Amino acid sequence: MIATRTFLGTPRFPIAAKEALADSQLRTNMRNATHTIREKRARVIGELDDFEELRAAAADIKDDVVANLGRYLEQAEEALSRAGATVHWARDAAEANRIVVQIARSHKVTEVVKVKSMATQEIELNVALEAAGIAAWETDLAELIVQLGDDLPSHILVPAIHRNRSEVREIFLREMGKVGMAAEADLSDEPAELAGAARRHLREKFLRAKVAISGANFIVADTGTLCVVESEGNGRMCLTLPEVLISVVGIEKVVPNWTDLEVFLQLLPRSATGERMNPYTSTWTGVTPGDGPQEVHVVLIDNGRTKVMADEVGRQALRCIRCSACMNVCPVYERTGGHAYGSVYPGPIGAILTPMLRGVGVDEATDAMPFASSLCGACYEVCPVAINIPEVLVHLRENVVDSHRGGVPGTLMTTMKGASWLLGGGWRLGLFQKTAGLSTRVLWKNGMIGRMPRPMSRWTDARDLPAPARESFRAWWKRTDGGRMDDGFSNTPGKGTDQK
Amino acid sequence: MRSFVEAFAGYDAVVTPSGSCAASARHQHKVVAQRSGDPALVREVEAISPRVYELSEFLVDVLGLVDVGAYFPHRVTLHPSCHSTRLLGVGDRCERLLQAVRGITMVDLPESQECCGFGGTFSMKNPDVSVAMGADKARHVRESGAEVLVAGDNSCLMHIKGLLTRQRAGVRVMHLAEILAAQEAAA
Repeated sequence: MIATRTFLGTPRFPIAAKEALADSQLRTNMRNATHTIREKRARVIGELDDFEELRAAAADIKDDVVANLGRYLEQAEEALSRAGATVHWARDAAEANRIVVQIARSHKVTEVVKVKSMATQEIELNVALEAAGIAAWETDLAELIVQLGDDLPSHILVPAIHRNRSEVREIFLREMGKVGMAAEADLSDEPAELAGAARRHLREKFLRAKVAISGANFIVADTGTLCVVESEGNGRMCLTLPEVLISVVGIEKVVPNWTDLEVFLQLLPRSATGERMNPYTSTWTGVTPGDGPQEVHVVLIDNGRTKVMADEVGRQALRCIRCSACMNVCPVYERTGGHAYGSVYPGPIGAILTPMLRGVGVDEATDAMPFASSLCGACYEVCPVAINIPEVLVHLRENVVDSHRGGVPGTLMTTMKGASWLLGGGWRLGLFQKTAGLSTRVLWKNGMIGRMPRPMSRWTDARDLPAPARESFRAWWKRTDGGRMDDGFSNTPGKGTDQK
Repeated sequence: MRSFVEAFAGYDAVVTPSGSCAASARHQHKVVAQRSGDPALVREVEAISPRVYELSEFLVDVLGLVDVGAYFPHRVTLHPSCHSTRLLGVGDRCERLLQAVRGITMVDLPESQECCGFGGTFSMKNPDVSVAMGADKARHVRESGAEVLVAGDNSCLMHIKGLLTRQRAGVRVMHLAEILAAQEAAA
């Protein structure tokens, strides 16, 4: 059995990011991977002449689901029960884990196979299963790489995106033999050979497993059908071979009917892997006698989602279909990788979803997440369900600041208060500019300020800072009557005040 | 917010040489005003917000100008800036204004759509990531072969310029307004 690592104890984003930025291998891997997938996505989205309409439709469908969630969930539960599935409800991670462990235990198994699933990552199901003496084998290639490498996922869709193929080869050679079929000693780092080694290693587990655990990309409410979208066929193996299938699904994954599902099946693969259609789309409706798993469980988890629903601005995050397009285009994520975010949901969507699921004002690391963005808006541009991530980021920053009001004000708060006072009155700003301009003339002759002590060192350690203009715009406007009495002073617009 | 209303109420157009400021006035100010709980303030802000223009929008859309009669005989590359591009949708207005400048040679900036990493408080709260992004932007500016980097946002420019001068890159950094105001005698 492999002990699963968790994100617990990850330092605040700025600190974790600093460490990640220094890892040149990580930077190279991330740059190559994100740029490749970015270009693929742009190409196949560009082929659609109705992307904007699809995107609007997807957002509308999900908003309707969230607004009428109770009704759709009851409908899904009824249809699932009718089809022979057992529906369980879990308020939080602990409850969900207890339910899954109980079902697995009732079948006296010591191992389960898993389809890649964000919901089970979120509730740290593998940790709970291990504690119960049950090994959880990840069967998605990238999840396998993470699991064998005693690593953490760094991407929603491609959890081993931070690894390159030579690193994967080393992990396979070193670790596979310890938990099952070993990789051939002459394994190369050719992708096809690596996939072959994984296939042989996993096949043994697929054929042996009695219980499989999955998530679901969608639940079709009116028929009670679950849908898993994947690329490798490992999902199909898990969903059809074992006798027992347990699916852990977030309550927001429901879609009203198959017509609505079709919208998402067009958007998801194109946004996620940059494919027109994903290789494997599995759908199943409860139990089919004599075919596939004969005991089917669906564990519906809240785990903070109803809290997100109550947030008028933030609830749009529940539209998310976990495609990862936002992180693939994010300039911050590209440079830091996913681990620095300290959550199974990294990148832009993680920076809004994680704090909302966990709650703000509770711990420093979570509160730092909404600030891990330059608000460039690239994420919103590509999101297939039109989540305005920058809007939610700003909204959450507001919540974080509000949650700390009344305590000892930090540097930022003090600075902001000072700036607010300064900018709140024209004469105060004028006086400040005059003073700053005067000191500038004395101290910084070339117009740029070099290194400064803390806290300004955060800027000046790597960047020069322009010295304040010798004459402020306000003062110049007054003196020259809005430029009508231009005296040729070098600070006037049009003459350029730039580097001499 | 009250200062904003006091200063700008009663004008047909408010022009700002910054995509970020224009975007903030148009999209954020209302949100901030709503926090005050003063419906009159919200109404006033809502009345002014749509009349706030970024410089290139004002020149092209309101004044109908593309050729402003400027002269600037240099190799120039444009950083389009995220807020102008994604929040305001200024499109190619800056390019068109610059293309019409006599003597100018425009060169492409690699990965021009990528954020420079300034991001307001982001530059101070996450200085390492901010600088990593800015370093790539500065590299692209140098790769472009331009003598001058231009943008419609002084905040991006302050960040990129700070990196370029620290590197002694020898690239001049100018605001769009400065190039559009450049004349033959003065250039």
